[in-house]
Amino acid sequence: MNLITNYQHQHFAHCESGVMATLLKYRGLELSEPMVFGLSGALCFAFLPFMKFGNMPLVSYRMFPGHIVKALPKRMGISYLRKRYRNPDQAMQELDDYLEKEQLVGLQTSAYHTTYFPPEMRFQFNAHNIIIVGKEGDEYLVSDPVFDSIQRIKAADLKLARFARGLSAPRGLAHYPLEVPDPERMDRVKLIKKAIKKTVNMMLYAPVPWIGIKGINYLARRVAKLSSKGDARYTRLFLGNVVRMQEEIGTGGGGFRFMYASFLQEAFQVTGWQALHEASERMTAVGDAWRNFALACAQIVKKSSSADPDEIAPLLRQCGENERQLYKLLKSTV
Amino acid sequence: MKIDDVPQDDNRTFKGYGTKAVYAVDGQGHYTKTATSGWEVEEVVLRDVLDDFDALAADAKSRALRGEASPIEFFLYRRLMDLPSLARAMGLAKWRVKRHLRPRVFNKLDTALLQQYADLFRIDLSALTHFKETTDIEPDH
Repeated sequence: MNLITNYQHQHFAHCESGVMATLLKYRGLELSEPMVFGLSGALCFAFLPFMKFGNMPLVSYRMFPGHIVKALPKRMGISYLRKRYRNPDQAMQELDDYLEKEQLVGLQTSAYHTTYFPPEMRFQFNAHNIIIVGKEGDEYLVSDPVFDSIQRIKAADLKLARFARGLSAPRGLAHYPLEVPDPERMDRVKLIKKAIKKTVNMMLYAPVPWIGIKGINYLARRVAKLSSKGDARYTRLFLGNVVRMQEEIGTGGGGFRFMYASFLQEAFQVTGWQALHEASERMTAVGDAWRNFALACAQIVKKSSSADPDEIAPLLRQCGENERQLYKLLKSTV
Repeated sequence: MKIDDVPQDDNRTFKGYGTKAVYAVDGQGHYTKTATSGWEVEEVVLRDVLDDFDALAADAKSRALRGEASPIEFFLYRRLMDLPSLARAMGLAKWRVKRHLRPRVFNKLDTALLQQYADLFRIDLSALTHFKETTDIEPDH
């Protein structure tokens, strides 16, 4: 049964920003998911060829998992509790205590042990985010932001999911805001300015070749070289991996670009700066361009087009160039 | 992406699991959150990687039945992992897990370690020890 009174499940595009928006709203600070995403500066691009997952290099369209939970409270001056556990039983006991006290907590879990996922999606991914809202027998009621309704998970599976080993192991992480600032007295303009500045600087000037625009161009060079390798299976899996990171894993479409465009639109309404309005429209176009690239990749994977990978590398470069222009515009604004 | 362009391709993976939320622009140019039943592009690339896992698992299975590979290799691919991620999830060094893929080493493993593998693979211990008699294992257990 649901232990949190008046809890209304909400459907979000991304798990971490969804959990954050829900927890803050519960404490009385209402922010939209794009606002949470944008203010925490979670937009990114990273292509790390030396970090392999399933033999594929890491491609990411956002900051590393856990960034939002860490960065947003800091930026907004929210006092926030993040607690990890050594003892799984203690962690589960404290979860029950929280439920008893009607304290909403966010948990980090592993997708592999999340039994209500489609079996095809249960990869080794340790940074999923959920909220527990009730308990019935040995089952917990889960408000999972990327699902459109309340889900259920067995206590034993939840324990496994909270204490899975591996990369970015959750170690039982439970988190919730202790106190939020008064929404009336929050300087939203300043927060928006700071957040955009941070994202723009990272995307344009990251001092390593794997991050930001440089990362997009690096990936484009790698894609252009794929066909000369002559390994059709590797080419398919490589392109598929990029597209899956962009579209499949709770990004709200276009590798988080549409969510960021929505943030820019909201930011325009708060600040009234015309440039943000234009930036939002251009970010939408960037998202559409990323989706065109995904479509071209899928056609190669499906072998429905004879296109060479070198023919889709220019699509990527175009995405990079469009984003560069856009961040320059943002930089001149904030 | 305009709201009218949001794909509704009824992806097989999401059948019975509901919809996904995406952000799109409505007729007035405002961003709204809307639901999608999936995009064919996602399904194509996901099926491609799953087919690859299936092929690896089928190959490992036939070798395991012939005694040329250990059942751990079959479940490794059946559960959508690779060697490094299996080693990390087990908390073991990669070279040790690699050894466990050899039938001769596997046959000598002690029950505690096998149980740890079985727990991770979410199967009964007997599926590892009596692999030949076990029929297919579904991943949703």
